[in-house]
Amino acid sequence: MGKRTEDLIIIENKHLSPEFFILELSGKDNLADFRPGQFVQVRVEGSPETFLRRPISIYDVDFVKNTFKLFFQIAGKGTSVLSKLKAGDSLNLIYPLGTSFTVPEKNEKVLLVGGGVGIAPLLFLGKCMNEKGNIPDILLGFRNSERIVEVDQFREAGKVFLTTEDGSVGEKGFVTNHSLLLQTKYDKIFCCGPESMMKSVASYCRKNSIFCEVSLENLMACGFGVCLCCVADTVRGNLCSCIDGPVFNLNDLKW
Amino acid sequence: MVNLGFSIGDLYFKNPVLTASGTFGNGTEFDDFFDVSRLGGILLKGTTLENREGNPYPRMAETPSGMLNSVGLQNKGIDYFESEIYPKVKNYDTNVIVNINGSYIDDYVSLAERINSLENIPAAELNISCPNVKMGGMAFGTNPVSAREVIREVRKVYRKKLIVKLSPNVTSIIEFARIAEDEGADSVSLINTLLGMAIDVSKMKPSLATITGGLSGPAVKPVALRMVWQVANAVKIPVIGMGGIMTATDALEFMLAGASAVQVGTASFIDPQASVKILEGIENFMIQKGITDIGEIVGFINRKSV
Repeated sequence: MGKRTEDLIIIENKHLSPEFFILELSGKDNLADFRPGQFVQVRVEGSPETFLRRPISIYDVDFVKNTFKLFFQIAGKGTSVLSKLKAGDSLNLIYPLGTSFTVPEKNEKVLLVGGGVGIAPLLFLGKCMNEKGNIPDILLGFRNSERIVEVDQFREAGKVFLTTEDGSVGEKGFVTNHSLLLQTKYDKIFCCGPESMMKSVASYCRKNSIFCEVSLENLMACGFGVCLCCVADTVRGNLCSCIDGPVFNLNDLKW
Repeated sequence: MVNLGFSIGDLYFKNPVLTASGTFGNGTEFDDFFDVSRLGGILLKGTTLENREGNPYPRMAETPSGMLNSVGLQNKGIDYFESEIYPKVKNYDTNVIVNINGSYIDDYVSLAERINSLENIPAAELNISCPNVKMGGMAFGTNPVSAREVIREVRKVYRKKLIVKLSPNVTSIIEFARIAEDEGADSVSLINTLLGMAIDVSKMKPSLATITGGLSGPAVKPVALRMVWQVANAVKIPVIGMGGIMTATDALEFMLAGASAVQVGTASFIDPQASVKILEGIENFMIQKGITDIGEIVGFINRKSV
């Protein structure tokens, strides 16, 4: 079907915490070509300060109801405007964009690692794995207990472990210090979160020769490979994180 | 039916809506969104003789009603263009134009010779106005002596339609437009981006790795429009206007000021169909106003007392 631009209707704007919210959208056409790790470009109307679209990961897709969800963190003017939208409002999107995670096979031991808003693309990945009969371990890192959201949704897709930086819930410290990584030998690790977190996961995977894919969150203008702004420094030169990513195999990155 | 066509010399364009180089990839990226062949022409991403990786990330900063970029002519070079890109774009039913760049005059000349031999590329846009490269680019386009020299040398070898893309980062853009015309350019296009800068206050450092970059988007439109109007009144060759065009109304402003055609740039990042919507909007305007030929609009404000 290819990339397309659509005005979609918001079914629900669910505020999870002061900083996180989820927009559920009604798909106009068939969403069968959506893949985990892909993103949409969201138009933000109404302010000269929000000139460009906002790239947002696809959080969850309901192929039966033909709806999908986007998971947001209020990070600036654009996401702040979006956080105030209501059910029935229209949102202009370009989708589906970017590369996707390589969905593991049934017998592979897999860990999904997410931090903060970076948990977004991992739920859809987990659900796609479930369809292949694979139940992943899912390690989610948050700053503190007040920032923990959507854990129940992730529990439906896998076995969830938590860390918080202050130790208020789960193990204390960063995800790479979690005891899980000492106890279990994984075949594959998929990661999305702050760059410092992804780099430490990457370093763990390199050291232990574990297959690893990460999802980058580079600044971008277009989202479909023409502005060349969102480049990642890779072994194949500068590649656009919108069409050659956002999901990259660790072997491609110079981390 | 309205006549939307215009010509640069004997090269016919079926309508005046083109895309700006660096905002339209190689055209193929837009195939999912609309039939690229509907446009009057497409200007492909800036090409150099050699492979270039461009500038380090971050290379983009959003600014009010616009954006800064410091991509720095990332492209895979002319060999790759000839073998991989040209075969995919040569059959578009529109004028496919290559934007050529170099660090030295010899680079421009060699590249122009290569492009000249590509049958289905009827024109080249000589980029002497890129603000994001250390050598060449804007350095040529902001110095009248070197601007004249590079245009002259390229003109000697390039036999098809030569469009010179002008920099706004000069005291008098008219001077450079006249140099282009004197040296045999068939058209001038303007404006390239305005040199700008942004600082991330929370990090207390420049937003771009290169510190400065090129500003585009609606923020530059009034400046671009003024420059197009000045140039259109100073030269006889067709002027192609650009700078912050988001809508048909914006495009019509440039044409009323004297542009024979427009290039749609940054707008394509926000709406990949922006160019074709602008084309439709121009056509609708003409129908509503009872204007049958696009030429009636071009430079209209310069002919009447307003």
